[in-house]
Amino acid sequence: MNRSTIDLWVGIFVALGLGAVLFLSLKVGNLITSGSRGEGYHIEAAFDNIGGLKVRAPVKAAGVVVGRVESIKLDPKTYEAQVSLNVEKQYQFTKDTIASILTSGLLGEVYVGLDAGGDTQMIADGGRIAKTQSAVVLEKLIGQFMLDKASAGAAK
Amino acid sequence: MSMPDSAVADGLRRIGGGTRRAIARLGFAARFAFAVLIHSPAGLKRIRLTLREIYFSGVLSLVIILVSGLFVGMVLALQGYDVLQRYGASDSLGILVSLSLVRELGPVVAGLLFASRAGSAITAEIGLMKATEQLSAMEMMAVDPLARVVAPRFWGGVISMPLLAALFSTLGIYGAYLVGVKLIGIDAGAFWGNMQSVVDFRHDILNGIIKSVVFGIIVSLIAVFEGYDAAPTAEGVSGATTRTVVASSLAILAADFMLTVFMFRGVGVI
Repeated sequence: MNRSTIDLWVGIFVALGLGAVLFLSLKVGNLITSGSRGEGYHIEAAFDNIGGLKVRAPVKAAGVVVGRVESIKLDPKTYEAQVSLNVEKQYQFTKDTIASILTSGLLGEVYVGLDAGGDTQMIADGGRIAKTQSAVVLEKLIGQFMLDKASAGAAK
Repeated sequence: MSMPDSAVADGLRRIGGGTRRAIARLGFAARFAFAVLIHSPAGLKRIRLTLREIYFSGVLSLVIILVSGLFVGMVLALQGYDVLQRYGASDSLGILVSLSLVRELGPVVAGLLFASRAGSAITAEIGLMKATEQLSAMEMMAVDPLARVVAPRFWGGVISMPLLAALFSTLGIYGAYLVGVKLIGIDAGAFWGNMQSVVDFRHDILNGIIKSVVFGIIVSLIAVFEGYDAAPTAEGVSGATTRTVVASSLAILAADFMLTVFMFRGVGVI
């Protein structure tokens, strides 16, 4: 095997390998949009109960993914969950936006839904969403339902 | 009464001796790894030697890596679809296949194949050079075998392994696309779209690449060490080749577990 043949094959191999890395980054990992996602701005929101929300869960407005959940902490004073959202720069939300924790389908992923209101002012970087809606906890709902049934039966 | 005593003492002596030898060998391996790194600049100066080793361990492993990747991806798609469609989640097939390949199967299976295809060849070659006293002859001619023989093979493996793992994952995802979209008939938009919305560049792809680099270092180091340390006989070389495959496979699996714990804790996996 002479030198130039080895060089040629190694060149082809390296090009193929780098091509595979590029394919994984762009086609599989969607680097272009996730890159702009990293340059988003932060919005804080406090929830009474976040249910099964996890870090990196999507933030959606009208069903469109506009950002990711960046961190979840418990406020030691108010005992509320402090959720930090990273929203893409191109999407601005009004100050009276309502953030709610929703589930796609019965068993689907948990995400944060943003419903924009009619305010003319927009939330700035590091701003806070005042109106939030907690996750619906199925166990509590069933418990409430059973309690209602029982009290209705007792009243009769 | 003295018989069982001596048998017990003998057994203890054997365990102690074996442990001592194993620890001493580990120490020698660590010293050897350090020496390879020290001699690497001298070896890398003659880049053509390393290119030749990339050819032997990388280019010649291409066929087995590409074909295995394709088949692993196709089987993953068939089995994954079978389970997912029970829950009406067959659109998530792309996520299942891409995450398993990029995070785990790509680096690990490519590493195992690389150990048996290229690692064993490196060990046998260096071991045979030692057995036929080519290494001693080099030392005699004031050519450093660590720089001339060991370092190029080590770096050839370290460079080849991540590229092979990326190709394995790529072909696997393509194989899953062929089976899932072309054969079973999942919507192509759902396949790619769900994949892109879940797979994260830093968490999944970059961690997969880091894993494959680590496995490349592990396999190449074990391969050159076993070859260099082989007893200079036919039996010694064959034993060293076997040890390369066994030790690097076990090391890859153990390292994969530890890396996974560190990389994916707090991303919802653990």
